[in-house]
Amino acid sequence: MLGLDKRDTLLLIIVSVLAILGPFILNPFPSNSALAQFNAGYPDLMQRFVIFGILAIGFNILFGLTGYLSFGHAAFLGVGSYSAVWMFKLLSMNILPAIILAVVVAAVFSVVIGYISLRRSGIYFSILTLAFAQMSYNLAYSVLTPITNGETGLQVYTDDPQYLMGPNSSTVTNLFGLEMRTTHSLDLGGWEFHFNVGYYFCVVMLLLTFYLSVRIFRSPFGLMLKAIKTNQTRLNYTGINTRPYALTAFVISGAYAGLAGGLLAAMDPLAGPERMQWTASGEVVIMTILGGAGTLIGPVLGAGAIKYLENIFSKINENVLQDWFSFLPHDVQEVVVWIFARFTGEGWHLTLGLMFMLVIIFLPGGLVEGSQRIMRLVGIGKAKGKSSGQGEDDEHHPKATPHVAE
Amino acid sequence: MGILEVKNVSKRFGGLQALGDVNLSVNENTVHAIIGPNGAGKSTLLNCFVGKLIPDTGSVMFNGISLLGRKPHEINQLGVSRVFQTPEIFSDLTVFENVMIPCFATRDGAFRMNAINSMTAETSIIEKAEKMLLDVNMQDKRNMHAASLSRGDKRRLEMAMCLSQDPKLLLLDEPTAGMARADTNNTIDLLKEIKATRDITMAIIEHDMHVVFSLAERITVMAQGTPIVEDIPENIKGHPKVQEAYLGTAH
Amino acid sequence: MDSILLQILNGLDKGSAYALIALGLTLIFGTLGVVNFAHGAIFMIGAFTAVTFSKLLSLSFITLDPEKKNFLGQPLEIKTAYVVDWFGPTVGNGLIDWAVPLSILFSIPIMLFVGYAMERGLIKHFYHRPHADQILVTFGLAIVLQEIIKSFFGANPIPTPAPEMFRGSIDLGVLVGFAENAIIYPYWRLIYFLFSALVIGGVFAFLQFTTFGMVVRAGMADRETVGLLGINIDRRFTIMFGIAAAVAGLAGVMYAPINSPNYHMGMDFLVLSFVVVVVGGMGSLAGAVAAGFLLGILESFASMNEIKSILPGIDQIIIYLIAIIILLTRPRGLMGRKGVMEE
Repeated sequence: MLGLDKRDTLLLIIVSVLAILGPFILNPFPSNSALAQFNAGYPDLMQRFVIFGILAIGFNILFGLTGYLSFGHAAFLGVGSYSAVWMFKLLSMNILPAIILAVVVAAVFSVVIGYISLRRSGIYFSILTLAFAQMSYNLAYSVLTPITNGETGLQVYTDDPQYLMGPNSSTVTNLFGLEMRTTHSLDLGGWEFHFNVGYYFCVVMLLLTFYLSVRIFRSPFGLMLKAIKTNQTRLNYTGINTRPYALTAFVISGAYAGLAGGLLAAMDPLAGPERMQWTASGEVVIMTILGGAGTLIGPVLGAGAIKYLENIFSKINENVLQDWFSFLPHDVQEVVVWIFARFTGEGWHLTLGLMFMLVIIFLPGGLVEGSQRIMRLVGIGKAKGKSSGQGEDDEHHPKATPHVAE
Repeated sequence: MGILEVKNVSKRFGGLQALGDVNLSVNENTVHAIIGPNGAGKSTLLNCFVGKLIPDTGSVMFNGISLLGRKPHEINQLGVSRVFQTPEIFSDLTVFENVMIPCFATRDGAFRMNAINSMTAETSIIEKAEKMLLDVNMQDKRNMHAASLSRGDKRRLEMAMCLSQDPKLLLLDEPTAGMARADTNNTIDLLKEIKATRDITMAIIEHDMHVVFSLAERITVMAQGTPIVEDIPENIKGHPKVQEAYLGTAH
Repeated sequence: MDSILLQILNGLDKGSAYALIALGLTLIFGTLGVVNFAHGAIFMIGAFTAVTFSKLLSLSFITLDPEKKNFLGQPLEIKTAYVVDWFGPTVGNGLIDWAVPLSILFSIPIMLFVGYAMERGLIKHFYHRPHADQILVTFGLAIVLQEIIKSFFGANPIPTPAPEMFRGSIDLGVLVGFAENAIIYPYWRLIYFLFSALVIGGVFAFLQFTTFGMVVRAGMADRETVGLLGINIDRRFTIMFGIAAAVAGLAGVMYAPINSPNYHMGMDFLVLSFVVVVVGGMGSLAGAVAAGFLLGILESFASMNEIKSILPGIDQIIIYLIAIIILLTRPRGLMGRKGVMEE
């Protein structure tokens, strides 16, 4: 189907079903139960799952395939957001021109940055991209304030020109009148599910970008990118000019980041410089690796897992912890709460850092490799492996997808 | 007029004269060996053919086209392939993918944005790669990761990758270095077979005299950055200058 | 003329910090071949050992003075530091005042241990992994270390003053014949520069004149050969990692009075220090030091109003811009050796 083989089609279908049923899957607990705090089916959160999924898929096309580790990808995300907000300010709140401009501008930026950075490889490439991103960030904060509105961030004001704004046009972000914030809630017994227009728009984008990434992975172009990662010398002596291949991958992945940035602005018309900071670039790296770099489904899993855990861990403050451990004697409770509080709430980044280190040390293939190991232990992997017998297909495993739901 | 014409090539690294006024002509459809003691400049010379080094003076012409200043991929596209001392293959990819890549490079050139075509639709490439694997007798290892091959198989794979491009000139940099006797003999047989079945010119750098005298039709002996003798194998054996070069002048 | 001199001086303190961190980074690159993204965190930990030490010194007990009342009419609480109680007010308060310089002694063993533990516990398992993995795992470690510090010391900067006698400024201009008040320079920055020069000199002397240093330098040039000579190079490299950590740590300790330590200062300096290393040339110790000072001074020049009015924002990007130009025109940096971190 759609030019994909059976396994890839199945993968695409699973991702589609999970994304479409997201509002159900992410809200497994009744809304007034104690476990409701583990629900994640809120429109803004679900939108972020999907948007960061797109960002990670794009990053993976560069890092997962070619092995070039960019530490400056957040710059493209930020550029995308700024471009989108400018479209809102100049034209109207229709998200289509905003997203198109976000992708185009991010792609142009990545042509320039990629052209220069790709003249070097390895650690030098990482540092060049890092330098570019830090430059963008510093400029957005300082001299570019007329364009970026500095620290306050760029937003839409009532006195903005908005030339395409008719008298009846919507004043919130919309797609030809279809407002992104529109949410239909469904009450089923104790459960409450939210169906948000913005979320489903992001899902459509996710599926398109995911499909494109599958096609790239399975194309001769994708093969060349994998070859760049494993042996550039041989590739050069085989008559391949590696630089345009790497640059194309860089630009595609920059455009993905621009799309993600545009979508962030389309869901919430704001753009600030902190989106371009290098720690934000580091987060994309973490997502991709946690899920499994170089695999198809990994980045989506990683982005989902990190954004979900971030949400949950940040919510667990000391009060919640005290509540949980109230069965303990007072002094013990204090100690236990103190320890846990280091890792939750404000301490979420500590947990993230530890998790990331553990993954790099013990599970360089990320969640995808982890689930494959588990399958092999349980014995399912063996049977699967025999039936397919394709080395190249080991990199993803349709069975791994339930992690999306967690 | 040879297929590869080297004229007055010299190369200096700091204070070291690596090559001094090298003249060499490799004739079409011959196996030409370049031998010499360590530090004679053989590898430096080879690197000047493939675009890795640019000589300070002189010219390197391949089929009447200058190779100087061209990048490795451009030189390959002209019809020059290279086998490395340690096999350079795509270790993370399968054997089959390894062979497909040069097939794509030959058909599509140095760069082609081919991101939408599915690999499975590339029937002509697949057929060619299958045939190549059959030629080197590796079709049973088709789906193995290249990293897990034995050293001898890695060499065969590299050879298959080079040959799938139908090169006019094949450069071999010590193709049997570090190999066991049996593997060396296999490689010799493979090279002989290639020579017998194709219109191909080979230039070999080699230490192993057994390999050199089994394959070469012409031999150039180098010492201290310059060719000292060039002749057919029979005349090289026992040539006084060659003995001097190998045994050294400091008696 | 005097304004040029002033800018050079202003660049020296940041330049010193860059140079010290970059020196440590280069030692680690050169000897172990590892890209250490956690090196900025070591600098930060150094600064926080100064914070901890000065907090420890001012630990106090509370006594009530029944004679005096506070505004609520209760007996006044009087805080007395233990050191004051033990050693008397002169010595005690002196110790508290001199907390930062004193914490150098306290931090050297801690930093050596931190470096040693880091290398043995984590880095050593990554020698044979790709550079990308080394970058990533040390990046993770950097996050963990800074978050640990944050969870103990909070997110706000903690003012850690220099000793009283160094808090003022010196009129350097008068000393070299300029007009009065032309070049006013804080004492502590001057001390920071001199201290850095001392540390850098010490490291170079150590590498130059000791057998240990000679082996390490040989190892940096050609690790395999030295290994073949039967010298246990690995153990020496571990010690080298400890020394690199100590250098960065000391840079952090002494930096505390210049900029109140906060948990993300390591990350801020790390990015710049990497740029410094690249500009100086990977694997070149002299290059790292020279580039550190050079970039510090250039940054200071770029922040002059005269220059900013011509090139707005140049002070924000000058270092990155120079790095990009250097990497493209002189890929090995100012003094880089061939083949370091290259494929």
